[in-house]
Amino acid sequence: MTDTPPILQIRDLKIALPKGADRPFALEGLDLTINPGEIVCLVGESGSGKSLCAGAIMRLLPEPHVHVAGGAIRFMGDELLAKTETEMRGIRGEDIAMIFQEPMTALNPQKTVGWQLDEVLRLHTKMNKAERKARAIEMLTRVHIPDPASAYNAYPHQISGGQRQRVMIAQALSLSPKLIIADEPTTALDVTTQLQILKLIRELQEQEGAGVLFITHDFGVVAEIADKVAVLCRGEMVEQGPAKEVLNNPQHAYTRALIGAVPALTPPPVKPVTKAPVVLKGTGLKKTFAARGGLLSGKRKAVTAVKDLTFQLHQGETLGVVGESGSGKTTVSRIVTRLLECDAGKVEMDGKDLLACSPAELRAMRKHIQMVFQDPMASLNPRKRVVDLIAQGPIVHGVDPDKARADARRLLELVELSPAAANRFPHEFSGGQRQRIGIARALALEPKVIVADEPVSALDVSVQAQVLKLLADLRDRLNLSLLFVTHDLRVAAQLCDRIIVMQKGEIVEHGLTAEIFASPQHPYTRNLLSSIPGRDWTPPSFRPDAA
Amino acid sequence: MTSLDTDLSPAEPPRLVVFWRRYRRNRAALLGLAIFVLVVLMALTAGIVDPDDPLRRAGVPLTPPFTDWSTPLGTDQLGRDVLSGVFYGARISLLIGVVATLVAIAIGVVIGALAGYFGGWVDDVLMRVTEAFQTIPNFVLLLTLVAILGSKIEWITLAIGIVSWTAPARMVRAEFMSLRGREFVDAARNLGVSNTAIIFKEILPNALPPIVVYASVIMALSILLESALAFLALGDPNYASWGNMIGQGRAVLRSAPYCAVIPGIAIVLTVLSFSLLGEGLNDALNPRQKKQ
Repeated sequence: MTDTPPILQIRDLKIALPKGADRPFALEGLDLTINPGEIVCLVGESGSGKSLCAGAIMRLLPEPHVHVAGGAIRFMGDELLAKTETEMRGIRGEDIAMIFQEPMTALNPQKTVGWQLDEVLRLHTKMNKAERKARAIEMLTRVHIPDPASAYNAYPHQISGGQRQRVMIAQALSLSPKLIIADEPTTALDVTTQLQILKLIRELQEQEGAGVLFITHDFGVVAEIADKVAVLCRGEMVEQGPAKEVLNNPQHAYTRALIGAVPALTPPPVKPVTKAPVVLKGTGLKKTFAARGGLLSGKRKAVTAVKDLTFQLHQGETLGVVGESGSGKTTVSRIVTRLLECDAGKVEMDGKDLLACSPAELRAMRKHIQMVFQDPMASLNPRKRVVDLIAQGPIVHGVDPDKARADARRLLELVELSPAAANRFPHEFSGGQRQRIGIARALALEPKVIVADEPVSALDVSVQAQVLKLLADLRDRLNLSLLFVTHDLRVAAQLCDRIIVMQKGEIVEHGLTAEIFASPQHPYTRNLLSSIPGRDWTPPSFRPDAA
Repeated sequence: MTSLDTDLSPAEPPRLVVFWRRYRRNRAALLGLAIFVLVVLMALTAGIVDPDDPLRRAGVPLTPPFTDWSTPLGTDQLGRDVLSGVFYGARISLLIGVVATLVAIAIGVVIGALAGYFGGWVDDVLMRVTEAFQTIPNFVLLLTLVAILGSKIEWITLAIGIVSWTAPARMVRAEFMSLRGREFVDAARNLGVSNTAIIFKEILPNALPPIVVYASVIMALSILLESALAFLALGDPNYASWGNMIGQGRAVLRSAPYCAVIPGIAIVLTVLSFSLLGEGLNDALNPRQKKQ
């Protein structure tokens, strides 16, 4: 591939941030080359400047606050930074196409899929109406959308998330661009859909011979798709090289730390917990969401979120509830904590049915079952100090406020936060720290069971590893039982002793994590497991002294 | 190497300091604050400027302003001092503005919070009542209430509060509807916090900023409503209020316009100060609403 000139060459790129930002340059001295037919992954955690790099190539930075301060971006030998805005408009879409993270917001909800594909062709080509429609349908066929003719007339909300991403890809590729920039294109998708989209990008890119700049934070995805990898750390490129090299033999300490934080797909050793007493038992849980029809619109169909769910949680055990979006796993977590009223079934704790409790009994029972929420920013009241947030539970349950606050300060230490954090407000913390506060709040009532609803899915991978470790530590030290809801099988493999696999509100498989990972019985479980990105790659482990 | 997840960022300055910094950025809001302080000072010093009854005869009737220094702003047709009337009027206007606003906001918050938090039939009932109030024009309802209750200052204030609660109620309801679905409310419920505590201690503080901003609008409106009542000679005759002064000055509008114009300017400036104040509060409390 050395005989063809590179599609994109970035030399010593510097992007300046406005004054008062945490660092003067978002990117400093980035060098990157993309050859035809190559997929280059740009990897980094949030705030590493990876999305700004895409903005600089497209010349779509929010100038003048953020602007290119130096360096060169050569596209097919031409200097992009010297182009006028009119010239750039011709290049965008036609020669360089972009695929965004969230297809729902990137597509105009008011226009049909066909109209949006047509628009690109209308602006950039001289095709007539019939030719444009033929081309649009051809593109929809190439991205494997079932029934392209009807998808052409559909509105974005009428097709699924995966299909929307396919439409975005069809739109991006309809002009056969030389360079495709994909900014976290699969982050918002379920694993099985993610794998299909990754395969599709690979397939089309091979057909077109285009170069792809693939921005992601997920090393699993990198292992799945990348030819070359560049790792960014706070605006500096710390490592670059062929994917195999970087993934299996990383040189820089930061890359090692990142890769070391990727949860391996090896389940924890089997604990003899099934002999421990059952602390929480759900029987025959059912929940249907009745869609309320308006006065003039007809009644819509009710949606069954959970049907006939039964499970047992033993003392000291972690039970994972795994499934894709829409499988009803979050509904389960809300029924068990009775944040959502359920239609039928029982949730028993110490022989008492939580779902049949009167409001007063329920308030007393709540201290035994606590919850850690997905979004640590949304689940902490922004107008309360950390110490009050943590002490609130015990105070409500009759503990003396002064004692509760003293306990709260001790709990901060337990979750490895400095005691100075007590008097601050939630917005002063990073995502991982907020989740630690959320965990401290759940622990404050000394519950028997903690329900964790996707507690690490909003966090960066290195922070995720720290929080998971903390949860596992606390569980073992305090002999807690954990009901752990997640979509991420890697995370489930790390923490859970047993897992329940849910599909469309039903349990399709349950058993010991190790057994399910080794020999999945149900086709859906098999499909889920084979869709984990980078499942064939085992992250190399590093001794702590090496990292 | 990344810094450890548990390292804290440097501490932020206290909230009040941040608030004042943001408020200071808006020049017009500073002017509003200055006028407001001036009006408060007028209300406080009314007794020093004129220790006697402002409604007594102080000089020759219809003395023009700046001619006799015992009555600097002149006298009206009954010989009452316009300057002391304006000073004492500030007391009444502020009193009515503050108390009527408190009444309106209190009713509005309770009704809006209940409707927004519980939803369902509670919401349906409360919102139908609110709409019933909204269908009657404010001023007509006010006139009716004053006609029934009588024109004592306490009743007028209460009546103004009663006609102004609908808008804050709807606003609070909307805030509550969006806030009640947030995870921190679920988190509080999960701790076993009671509904009352969730409404007033968890959600209300988060819903307050727009209410505080709107309170300044209600204050301005209540002062205008009182003036309008007094202009129609339905105000409390035992107090010198700006509206009363304009109402009585109306009779001599052609020969001695200053009798109506001076209290009119006082009303304009006070109402202006409240709306500038409200805008400044909005900038300071909802910083994300405005683009920098």
